[in-house]
Parts: sequence; structure tokens; C-alpha cells
Amino acid sequence: MRQVLFLIVLFTFSIANYATGGENQDLNVSKTTVEEELNVKELILEHLADSYEWHLFNTKKNSVTIHLPVILYSKTSGWNIFLSSKLHNNDNNYKGFGIATEGKYKGKIVETSSSGEEVRPFDLSITKNAASLLLSSLILILIILGVSQSIKRDPLKPKKGFAGIMEMFIFMIVDEVIKPAIGEDYKRYSPYLLTLFFFIFFNNLLGLFPLFPGGANVTGNISVTLVLAIGTFLVINLTGSKKYYKDILWPDTPVWLKVPFPLMQIIELVGTLTKPFALMIRLFANIMAGHAIVLGLTSLVFVTVSLGSAINASMSVVSVIFTVFIDFVELLVAFIQAYVFTLLSSVFIGLAREEEPKNDKKELALEKLTEPVNHLEIKKEI
Amino acid sequence: MSLLTPDPGLVFWMSISFGIVLLILAKFAFPAIIKAVDKRTNYIEGSLKSAREANEELAKVKETGARILAEAHREQNAILKETARIKEEILQEAQLKASQETEKMIAEARKQINAEKDQVLRSIRSEVTIMSVNLTEKILREKLGNDKEQMNMIDRLLDEIEISKS
Repeated sequence: MRQVLFLIVLFTFSIANYATGGENQDLNVSKTTVEEELNVKELILEHLADSYEWHLFNTKKNSVTIHLPVILYSKTSGWNIFLSSKLHNNDNNYKGFGIATEGKYKGKIVETSSSGEEVRPFDLSITKNAASLLLSSLILILIILGVSQSIKRDPLKPKKGFAGIMEMFIFMIVDEVIKPAIGEDYKRYSPYLLTLFFFIFFNNLLGLFPLFPGGANVTGNISVTLVLAIGTFLVINLTGSKKYYKDILWPDTPVWLKVPFPLMQIIELVGTLTKPFALMIRLFANIMAGHAIVLGLTSLVFVTVSLGSAINASMSVVSVIFTVFIDFVELLVAFIQAYVFTLLSSVFIGLAREEEPKNDKKELALEKLTEPVNHLEIKKEI
Repeated sequence: MSLLTPDPGLVFWMSISFGIVLLILAKFAFPAIIKAVDKRTNYIEGSLKSAREANEELAKVKETGARILAEAHREQNAILKETARIKEEILQEAQLKASQETEKMIAEARKQINAEKDQVLRSIRSEVTIMSVNLTEKILREKLGNDKEQMNMIDRLLDEIEISKS
């Protein structure tokens, strides 16, 4: 019920314009005719990038699009809030704001200053990805809260159906990822890591689903993975053990590597940054590549139109087969990437929580070295 | 490449939405789920443990029962044996007593018979004596009807006495 209400709210702040659809600048499928060559690269890049409206589907004449609110802060005119449909007037300009068609800010709203220069205002617009994020967050909250309610209602009874699957999922992550990586203190971190897992997994799946509310390239957007990586970075570094900080600030190396030039410290600090950076890039690149491949394969149908109907037909079949195949692979990838992100986050957290081992490393090494000798001696004696 | 540069607006909205999701789920949903399932796990483990204990208890009870049963059987056998023995004893005793009694009775009867026999003999003897005396008297009266014969008799008797004296 609440979901329905939310949808209504979403639609009210975004008047779906049936009438002006024909004028849209969307590089959508309907535009690809034999006369006009389809620019596949543009199409894919446009999908992968963010946009100010949410294109839902095309009817015969129009495309149905949700126009999302644009929120801008410009140094010259202050706060500006309006719907993105305003940008699609004849001169593509509203109050001096327009979507750049070329250059550094291509596809983003820029403000043309008095000197004719394009300036990027502070852009807090609810873009397609932002709207998708808000929507998916809400759905995710409702789903997980529903599951928790159903489990809490009768905790002693094993659950069936959806709650059972979710329970299995949750405990797979807890028992196979979080517990082994973090150790006894895992309960403190499992809510964060579980949220991370389900957030990524759910958004990955939504991204694979081509119809509203899916279809946005959310987890394949670097801003999104950046925030996730920052979250893990904060958790790692705010709850690290003494040994963790000591290893960064005063590692176990010869003194001349640390003073006067803090070479080791710099290396260690960079190391702390590369961990979340790798997380960020891995998720972003995987999901983005998946979307790109699916789009590229789908475009085969339209690219081969000019090559004659026989080739076009056969390529269409190939395209469908490959797209279906890649979509299945992407389903797998959606899970694997969420799993890997959670797994690596837990491993990093677990590493940062490691306490000083009781035996010194040197002693351990010595023990290992002397052990075989002792055995030999014993054998000789025998 | 604009794809690789994070967009501040999206970062802002992402922070907000992820923050809200994290806040709500990490506070209300996941701890509750984990707690509930842990509770269930503990409950199941506890149930299993108590079931195992109950089984052990049952086995013990069964064993005790079997032991008690065996004991009872043994006791029963012992009692049966004892009873048989007692029966035998009683029978023997009864037989002994009976034979003793019989013997006693026989002896008594014999005694009585003897006594009666004696009495009968005695009465027969007296009867015979009386009869013989009577007969003797009749004979004597017949024989010693005249004096001469009486005198002969007396003489002879005297002779006899004298012979026997000498």
C-alpha cells in the first residue's frame, strides 16, 4: 500500500508528458530508422551515464518519460528548483540553465555565464539514478522490515516462502562471510555488512530489470560505489585495533625506512586507501560492463538493419540468444559482486581488528626453524 | 571521462539513501532477525539436547526395568523352588506322620486283639474247666457209686501220693 502511495507521489512531482514526447532528445530505439544511423556508442554511454528524466517506454507516437526535479545552486541566481521538462523547450534553456551537449560537462546541466562560459552549478538534482536509489532504498527497507517482522512474530517456527529464502540468504552471509572473516566480534558488524550486501544485490537486480522501477545503472555508477566504499573505509578505520594503527604509523620495519622520511607510513596510508578504492572500481566496472554488453548485444538488431533483411534477421536471433545468455550471467554477477564486496569488506574489517599476537613473529620463526632439527636429533638418538 | 568522475549530487543522494537504509535496517531489521534466528537455533539445540537426555533417561529406565524384571524372575524361581521344597517336605512329613499313626493304630489294635484273645482264652479255659469239672463229677458219681470202688480209689490215690513222696 505504501509503495503504491510512493509511486503516486513520485508521479506527481514528475508530470509524465505524453504530449511532448516526440520532441525529446532521447536517443531511443524508435529513432533508429534505416535512414538514420544508430550511434551505438552514444546510446550505451547515455544509458550508463545519469540523466535528468526517467524514460519509461515508447508508445507508437510518444515516449513516456518521468521528468525528475532539478535542484541547483548557482552562485549568481541561488537555489533553483524546477522539473527537468522545463529544459526541453525550444532553445533548451531555462533561466540560463541548459544540458550541455558537448564538452566536459556533456549531459549535465550547465549555466551559461554572462561571459558565455559554461559553468557547472552545484547540482543536487534528483536524477534518474538518485530517484532509482531512493525508490529502491524504500522497497528494500519495506522488504527487509517485512521479513524481520515475519521472523520476529514467531521466532521459534522456521519460515517458509520468501521470509525463509531471505533468512537463508542472511545467514549464508553471516555464517560464511562475516563470521569467518571477522571472528568472535562479528555481531557488531553484521548489520552494516548485511545492509551493504542487500543494498548492492538489490540494486544490481533492479538494474537488470529493464522496466520501471528498474533499468537504471545505479551500482554501475561511480558515485554510488564511491559512497559504499567510503562507508567501508570508515568502518575499517574507525573500529581498527591498536595493532592496526601501529602497523600504519610505526610498522615493523628498519627505522631508516620510517625516519626521517616516512616512506613506510606513506605506503601504509596509500594501502588503506587502495582497499576501498579497489572495492569501488570493482563493483562499478563489473556492473557498468554488464549493462554495456547487454546494450551492445541488443543494438546488434538495429545496427544490422542496413545490411539487408537476411543478415538482420539472423543477427537478431543471435542477439536475442546472446542477450539472454548475458542476462543470466549478469544475474550471477549481480550476486557475486554483492558477495565479493561484502566479503572483502568483512576481510578488511577483520584484518583491521586483529590484535597483537602473543608470540613475537621472530620467536615463531625461530620455533619453526628449530623444530625439524629437534626431530632429526631425536631420530638419531633412537 | 565523465563516467569515472563522481557526481556530487548523486553522491549526496546516495549518502542520504544509503544512510537511511543503513540506519533503519541495521537498527531495526537485521539485529532482530539475527536475534530471532539465534533464539530459534538455541531453542532447537536445547530441544535436541533435552531429547537426547530424555532418551538416555529412558534407556536408563529401561535398563532398570529390565534389571528389576530379571530380579523378579530370579526371585520367583527361588520362591517356586522353595515352595516345591516345602511341599515335598510337608508331604514327606505327612507321610511319615501317617505311617507312624498307622503303626500306632496297628499296635493298638494288636494290643486290643491280644487282650481280647486272652480274655476269650481265659473264658474258654474257665468254661472248659467248669465243663470238665462237671463231667468229672458226673463220671465220678457214675464210677464211685458203691463203697468198694470208693475204697479202691482211696487206696490207689494214697499209693500214688506215697510213690510221689518217695
